[in-house]
Amino acid sequence: MYKLDLQPLLFEKSRPGRSTAILPPCDVPEVALDSLIPASHLQDAPPPLPELSELDVVRHYTNLSALNMSIDANFYPLGSCTMKYNPKRNERLARLPGLGALHPYQDDSTLQGLLAILYGLQQDLAEIAGLDAVSLQPAAGAQGELAALLVAAAYFRDQEPGRRRTQVLIPDSAHGTNPASAHLAGFETVTVKSDSRGLVDLDDFKSKLNDDVAVFMITNPNTVGLFDPQIGEIARLLHERGALLYLDGANMNAILGVVRPGDMGADLMHYNPHKTFSGPHGGGGPGAGPIAVRAKLAPYLPAPIVGRREDGTYFLDDDRPKSIGRVRAFFGNTGVLFRAYCYIRSQGPDGLKRIAQHAVLNANYLLSLVKDVYPVPCGSRCMHEFVASCRSLAKERGIRAMDVGKRLIDYNFHAPTVYFPLIVSEALMIEPTETESRDTLEAFAAALLAIAAEDSESLHDAPFTTPVSRLDEVKAAKTPVLRWTP
Amino acid sequence: MAYIANTPDDVRVMLAAVGLDSLDQLFDMVPPEFRLDRPLQIPPALTEFELTNKVGGLLAQNEGADRRVCFLGAGSYDHFVPAVVDDLAARGEFYTAYTPYQPEASQGTLQAVFEYQTLVAQLTGMDVSNASLYDGGSAATEGILMALATNRRSGRIVVAGSVHPEYRRILQTYLEHLDAEVVTVPAVAGGVDPKEFAAAITPDTAAVLIQYPNFFGRLEDVEALVKAAHAQGAAVVVSVDPISLGVLKRPDAYGADVVVAEGQGLGNYMSFGGPYLGMLACKQEFLRKLPGRVVGQTTDRNGKRCWVLTLQTREQHIRREKATSNICTNQGLLALRSSIYLAAMGPSGLRQAAELSTRKAHYAAEALAKVGLPQAFPGPFFKEFVVKCPKDPAAVLKKVGEAGFHGGVALGRWYPELSSHILVAVTEKRTREEIDGLAAAYRDALASV
Repeated sequence: MYKLDLQPLLFEKSRPGRSTAILPPCDVPEVALDSLIPASHLQDAPPPLPELSELDVVRHYTNLSALNMSIDANFYPLGSCTMKYNPKRNERLARLPGLGALHPYQDDSTLQGLLAILYGLQQDLAEIAGLDAVSLQPAAGAQGELAALLVAAAYFRDQEPGRRRTQVLIPDSAHGTNPASAHLAGFETVTVKSDSRGLVDLDDFKSKLNDDVAVFMITNPNTVGLFDPQIGEIARLLHERGALLYLDGANMNAILGVVRPGDMGADLMHYNPHKTFSGPHGGGGPGAGPIAVRAKLAPYLPAPIVGRREDGTYFLDDDRPKSIGRVRAFFGNTGVLFRAYCYIRSQGPDGLKRIAQHAVLNANYLLSLVKDVYPVPCGSRCMHEFVASCRSLAKERGIRAMDVGKRLIDYNFHAPTVYFPLIVSEALMIEPTETESRDTLEAFAAALLAIAAEDSESLHDAPFTTPVSRLDEVKAAKTPVLRWTP
Repeated sequence: MAYIANTPDDVRVMLAAVGLDSLDQLFDMVPPEFRLDRPLQIPPALTEFELTNKVGGLLAQNEGADRRVCFLGAGSYDHFVPAVVDDLAARGEFYTAYTPYQPEASQGTLQAVFEYQTLVAQLTGMDVSNASLYDGGSAATEGILMALATNRRSGRIVVAGSVHPEYRRILQTYLEHLDAEVVTVPAVAGGVDPKEFAAAITPDTAAVLIQYPNFFGRLEDVEALVKAAHAQGAAVVVSVDPISLGVLKRPDAYGADVVVAEGQGLGNYMSFGGPYLGMLACKQEFLRKLPGRVVGQTTDRNGKRCWVLTLQTREQHIRREKATSNICTNQGLLALRSSIYLAAMGPSGLRQAAELSTRKAHYAAEALAKVGLPQAFPGPFFKEFVVKCPKDPAAVLKKVGEAGFHGGVALGRWYPELSSHILVAVTEKRTREEIDGLAAAYRDALASV
């Protein structure tokens, strides 16, 4: 993959007068534009875009694509991001014109097939969550977090008029979006410590739980790769105080069909379908962030929701007076949701459970191969991911987590997530997912072990095989250049 | 065992390495009372062959723009998508990659985003662009949040009633729990009254939100609206249709501070509303509050030019509970599609798309007026216009639908006072024959309803 060198920018390849003929000539009377739109609204010249031939464009992007690591080409054990195989069948189905050509405002009667799919997905997601109602609208996990917290706020405003719950509790191991979402939803956040096992420090939690707490946001299995068995007790304590338990669904892949958030006391949660249900990550998006809630919270969900009439026909239910409103225009990220539907249908109940089993098996097997050199501070077992620490490697040999990550690229593996979660020093967060084979896991472990034995001085310069070596990130931030200029 | 490589033999070896006897033991941290003791109640697994039949059959029940001629708009448009967009964006090296956290292994994605940011800046005349947001509606909201964070006054926001009603609803949802107040200036005759708009803007107004062309397709006196806002020191956030920038003035020419847009029309399909592409570009002064991701140019240790995610301190990575936006991801693949679209169309192609849309929309407006659907509002419009329907729009649109057309969007659901009005959009894809057909279908529908 790295035989290629960097490419000139599109703008540097531009030559005046080059173009790609795409559109036909005008077939209605070609009246002067300024007789249709007053000249005061018109610009004199076309926009200053690059001028390229079609082959210029094709070669440019084909060559750019080859500069990327991707699931199709590389093992990508990026903890917390769940980079599993993206089935080609889903891509093919998503490209059928029956999906792309649907307009969000066409009449329900012309959408029955799609609405059946989306209704089915709502049902599936509710069942997998062990909760009662689903809104598919949020456009990403973080937007799902915000929407769910707004649902909680609306619920409390209704249930407890005249008082206001102001706090959201968040563990120190949480994803950074949790506190940001809580802040945007109008709450102040209170951090709950982790104990030495990497689980919620129950005493700290109890000391911070009071009647001002609206929601506790927990990721379980958590970001150090452990299932927190105290979850039942946590839920009980929250519910005694009238507060709600929110489950960040980023790690659902580990528990599909084995444990349901609702059964362990969660009242609301979001999914990341691009992680759990194999939507491609697209170089950073799009994803989606459907949310599932208990029945008492259902009236507040963002609308529309797909409903089913008695005659079996489907409709978009926008008539929800208690809804928090919209977080996004139109229905939601339908294309991503559609792939999730196809994935769930491909798996069925047994397949989903097997995914969790093999995700956890692969992670534990990989852990067993590397733990002597890359110790895991929290427990000797894990769920679908584990956080190893390079702390002793750094101390004894001067090899830091970032060095290991960068050097792995030379071995043709993408780096794990480094320096997250924040509670583990020199963290390497590794998530193999269920779709990788034993052979791949063993090859990856061998690379990790080999790197630990390499010369630490030269490791600081890794990677060596990529078209660029380590980048000056400080310069990028200090003197931001965010666009090309001639 | 779809997509799982482990054989029974592998499982035995791997369990032994972990020191376990069964797959169930992998979950022994989970208290037994929480373990699901039955299979999930979802339908059984389908093979690829079965799934293709099932989903193909369901999708075939829909009547989209592939089956009926589409004159629907209101923020989602049936523009032409060149083959190169589909083909290049479908490369697995693009769509199965992730956020470029390791820049050495992701220069392809990073350069594509840097080019996207440049293209958006060129198109809008703004100084900088981010790497994209969820959709046009969330971009409008993030634009306002950014203006609030930069231009912090009392938190008063003035919004034109001619902004997409769903965008306004999103803004309301987001601002509900923040210390801000949204004042909406109603749209009358397809736009806001400039005097009324100016009167609503007070010295403590942080920002205004306008749309140009507006939700009704009309070109309001954008210069007057911007002037009124600037006179009070308010930042101006303008939501535009990027295709319109093929012919209309660039937002810098009329003084916009922040430009937001729905980028769906730039090489992305309608797909029942998503995923879409939220575009956001702004003047330099907003840079440090710019939400979402940005890619910046730098050099590697050998001095070679290259690209990296930058300015992340603004994000929840570091600021966490102080963050002014919780945006985490972007719409990388759709931003890539729109870049390929703009690269393929070039200046002349984009202008042609905009000109064709304008001419065909005006031709359609005349054709519809002739069959009894006069244009409702005076003044210039781009590719979309409102007609007054002398009979119940729902019934008329149903008839027009039976004749093979998605004839327009009835406006009563958002504007009760416009319950007899229909919004009609015409893109460069519509042929004269199709437009004439639409007019005939409306004529017949009006006669029979």
